[in-house]
Amino acid sequence: MKLKQLILAASMGLAAAAAQAEGVKVGMITTLSGGGAGLGIDVRDGFMLAVKQAGRSDLEVVIEDDQRKPDIAVQLADKMIQSEKVDVLTGIIWSNLAMAVVPAATAQGKFYLSPNAGPSPLAGKGCHPNYFNVAWQNDNLHEAAGGYASDAGHKKAFILAPNYPAGKDALTGFKRFFKGELAGEVYTKLGQTDYAAEIAQIRASDADSVFFFLPGGMGISFLKQYADSGVDLPVVGPAFSFDQGILQAVGAAALGVKNTSQWSKDLGNAANEAFVASFQSEYGRLPSLYASQGFDTANLLMSAMDAADVNDQDAFRAALEAAKFDSVRGDFKFGPNHHPIQTIYVREVIQEGDVFTNKIVAVGLKDHADAYAADCKM
Amino acid sequence: MKRETYLNAALLLILLVIPLWAQSADEPFIITLTTRAVIFAIAGVGLNFALGFGGLVSFGHAAFFGIGGYAMGILAYHAQTYTPLMEFPFVIEGTKSMPVIWLTAIITSALVAVGLGALSLRTSGVYFIMITLAFAQMFFFFTISWPTYGGEDGLSIYIRNDFPGLNTMDPIQFYAICYVILLLVLFFVYRAAHSPFGLALSAARQNEDRIQAVGQGPYRLYLTAYVISGAITGLAGALFADLNRFVSPTMFSWQTSGEIMIFVILGGVGRVFGPVAGAALFILLEHQLGGLSEFWHIYLGAILLGVVLFARGGLFGLFAGREVAHD
Amino acid sequence: MSTLLLIEQTLNGLQFGVMLFLMAAGLTLIFGVMGLINLAHGSLYMVGAFAAAAVAAATGSFILALIGSLIAAALAGVIVEMTVIRRLYDRDHLDQVLATFALILIFSEGTRWVFGSFPLFLDKPAWLSGTVMLPFGIEYSLYRLTIIGIGLVVAAGLFWMIARTRIGIQIRAGENDREMIGALGVNISRLYTLVFALGAALAGFAGALIGAIQSVQVGMGEPVLILAFVVIVIGGIGSIKGALVGAILVGLTDTLGRLLLPQVFGLFMEPSAATSVGSSLSSMSIYILMAGVLLFKPSGLFGGGH
Repeated sequence: MKLKQLILAASMGLAAAAAQAEGVKVGMITTLSGGGAGLGIDVRDGFMLAVKQAGRSDLEVVIEDDQRKPDIAVQLADKMIQSEKVDVLTGIIWSNLAMAVVPAATAQGKFYLSPNAGPSPLAGKGCHPNYFNVAWQNDNLHEAAGGYASDAGHKKAFILAPNYPAGKDALTGFKRFFKGELAGEVYTKLGQTDYAAEIAQIRASDADSVFFFLPGGMGISFLKQYADSGVDLPVVGPAFSFDQGILQAVGAAALGVKNTSQWSKDLGNAANEAFVASFQSEYGRLPSLYASQGFDTANLLMSAMDAADVNDQDAFRAALEAAKFDSVRGDFKFGPNHHPIQTIYVREVIQEGDVFTNKIVAVGLKDHADAYAADCKM
Repeated sequence: MKRETYLNAALLLILLVIPLWAQSADEPFIITLTTRAVIFAIAGVGLNFALGFGGLVSFGHAAFFGIGGYAMGILAYHAQTYTPLMEFPFVIEGTKSMPVIWLTAIITSALVAVGLGALSLRTSGVYFIMITLAFAQMFFFFTISWPTYGGEDGLSIYIRNDFPGLNTMDPIQFYAICYVILLLVLFFVYRAAHSPFGLALSAARQNEDRIQAVGQGPYRLYLTAYVISGAITGLAGALFADLNRFVSPTMFSWQTSGEIMIFVILGGVGRVFGPVAGAALFILLEHQLGGLSEFWHIYLGAILLGVVLFARGGLFGLFAGREVAHD
Repeated sequence: MSTLLLIEQTLNGLQFGVMLFLMAAGLTLIFGVMGLINLAHGSLYMVGAFAAAAVAAATGSFILALIGSLIAAALAGVIVEMTVIRRLYDRDHLDQVLATFALILIFSEGTRWVFGSFPLFLDKPAWLSGTVMLPFGIEYSLYRLTIIGIGLVVAAGLFWMIARTRIGIQIRAGENDREMIGALGVNISRLYTLVFALGAALAGFAGALIGAIQSVQVGMGEPVLILAFVVIVIGGIGSIKGALVGAILVGLTDTLGRLLLPQVFGLFMEPSAATSVGSSLSSMSIYILMAGVLLFKPSGLFGGGH
């Protein structure tokens, strides 16, 4: 802990300068260009919609593009902290970028609100009083998928994910709540686009269901090829591959697939109905999971601003912990490690007119907390 | 020659003045940016040694950049978690000491360069470009799926490593370290290029038959150049990791190889100071264009294209005239 | 593991290889005739896929989409050749690498500017969906089988063109002696534009075919580009035959490696470690193959001793 004090000492001068500023300055580092830009754009749009609706003069947001490169993200975080002198950081989409930025930012006395990534180290041993995750711990949706697969009576699952930490967390999370056996467990190459080999293995196995975690383009490719393969085992997955942004690209291949999510556009609460309507009228498209997370993040932040001054770190932290805002997921509360305790739903992909979207069909896990909270000492 | 000397001096002066100004104006981020440019410059100077002086177009220098980065990451990670790096046959502890880390980065990169170079140099031309790329890709995919040190998530080191007598978390002090290393590397490369070895290397690049006739095997010359080049780029990798307090497999990606190559070409191939100018310009462009538009890569592409098509010999070719062949 | 699975995987490897051939053929022709390393070849693949998606969305016809991809990619090829590439023929490889790298940036962000940041929809037509039964009870995707067929037809067509047609003779002559064909009165600059457009069209066509079963998104070209380079280097740069052999070798190594390596490691390791190590190694397998080939044949399997 000596190390942390050293950093604090080094950044004391900066903290003092920030204390004189009025209101709150937020630095948003997110992915706005290159592959994967869709997610960052959704988070930004969701966040800025909430900011616009609140119409506050004491909130300033600086947005920068990390190009999905960890070194750029670190550089931007330095810039936000050193030059822009922000009070709060947010916006990062990818776990590997979060791992590069968050520990250093919180160690320098900044608040970090995660609108998407929730790597397990930051929920367990590496948790920090100034780090809040407004989305989920990475394993959550996979755990719910495992639980749902058991509830639906699946006994032998074939599971696959890319060979990288989030992929391994996904399969671990699924196995944690799946009571049946595994018919096969496959790690694919990150960024792989052809899944013929894996689908052939699924066909050759005696599985009765398939679970996959393949975010972005990987999931689109898998689903299209799976639908065309003649294998018709039921598929379960986390919401990432069935999100509003990519469902149109998958098309009918995704129809009927069950996926787990803490949010859905048909969640029946007033905050969500208003959010979906206003997002659509503002941007001309349906909001995605990521947009909902961006929206919640901004509202959480503003609820804390109403209750406390950001320069009084203890009070501001307590206000964030209280989470007194109308979340689009209904009730929202933080666990002891500053990760949400929330209900995770099971959605099914449906078609509404020309548009592919999701509707809730079941509850996956109720008031679910993550598995790492016990390791968190703060 | 004379204009080139002025240009060199001007570059070094600019790299000295900007951070000092930023320090007085309380703009620490400018210092961080300049540090980045200086570290990229070191990586470029490394590549330039193989590419410019030896004519070896390596499209895989990310391998060495990454190895340097991971040398820092792994040593510091073990020091941070108080776990030994290796217990058998003898105990190796992690370390937070920069000089030790640099030495490790240089030696590891050099050893790897001996192996890769010995294999790659059996080929030439486009095949050499591609085999070096293949080796870098192997490292990339290996680190992505290697769970011990974080896989694709990479490794975070919460605080920079130590250098005796300095507070490395202070941007200007860390900058000073990098700047001095750049000077040392430039000095070394300048001397090496003008040594009998450097002259023989240059001769081999221009005419392989002639060098064989005087009894020097070009293979050993090339290999030596490749190893020196890899070691310098490895050192830059260790510094880059320390700047970000973070390493990840992106340091091994083919885009990184491409970027290091861009620094060299943008500045001027075969000029000792070329990569310094190239890296500085690249960082400047990245920083300025990024603010202009979400689609700033288009402008970056257009500028790079313009440099290749219309400013042959890079910045140095543009401002210092064509290379004089007297040395 | 059953023989059926092995056969199915071999077909998958073949399909992957044939697709890589469509990319690699253009790349190797362009290098063989003009001596140009074209990193932007992957961008033409992407242009083809996006054009196909746009045409399919507008007309609903897959055939028109494929034609659209050919035209769009060839057109993009011609424009790029006449404005940029043409100036690079007498430059060294280094300048070519940088300039075409710059083209990638322009193409990728330009495409994102026009089509937005979200993946586009492109699906195979209904009459190519589903599976067919092959002899020995192998159930295989009709669309993938079609790709294998199309790829082999294109390969045969290319061989025929190069061996028998006037343009083929010019191409072969250009590979051997560039000054000579100029002296013989062939319009070199037109020949070069034509070869480049042909390579671009093949890449765009591959993009459209593959886009229908993968995702049409910005940046889809780069991974394929690297693989195509691996292919032509293994086969020997400039050789169409080498590109075909290399492509199928890479396709099979990658597909079968993904299947077999985890099982091999499973023989002496616990299962989850074996999948992890096996898949790490299989993602490196084609690069190991390439390095191996180059060590024994430094200019590829069918590379001429330049």
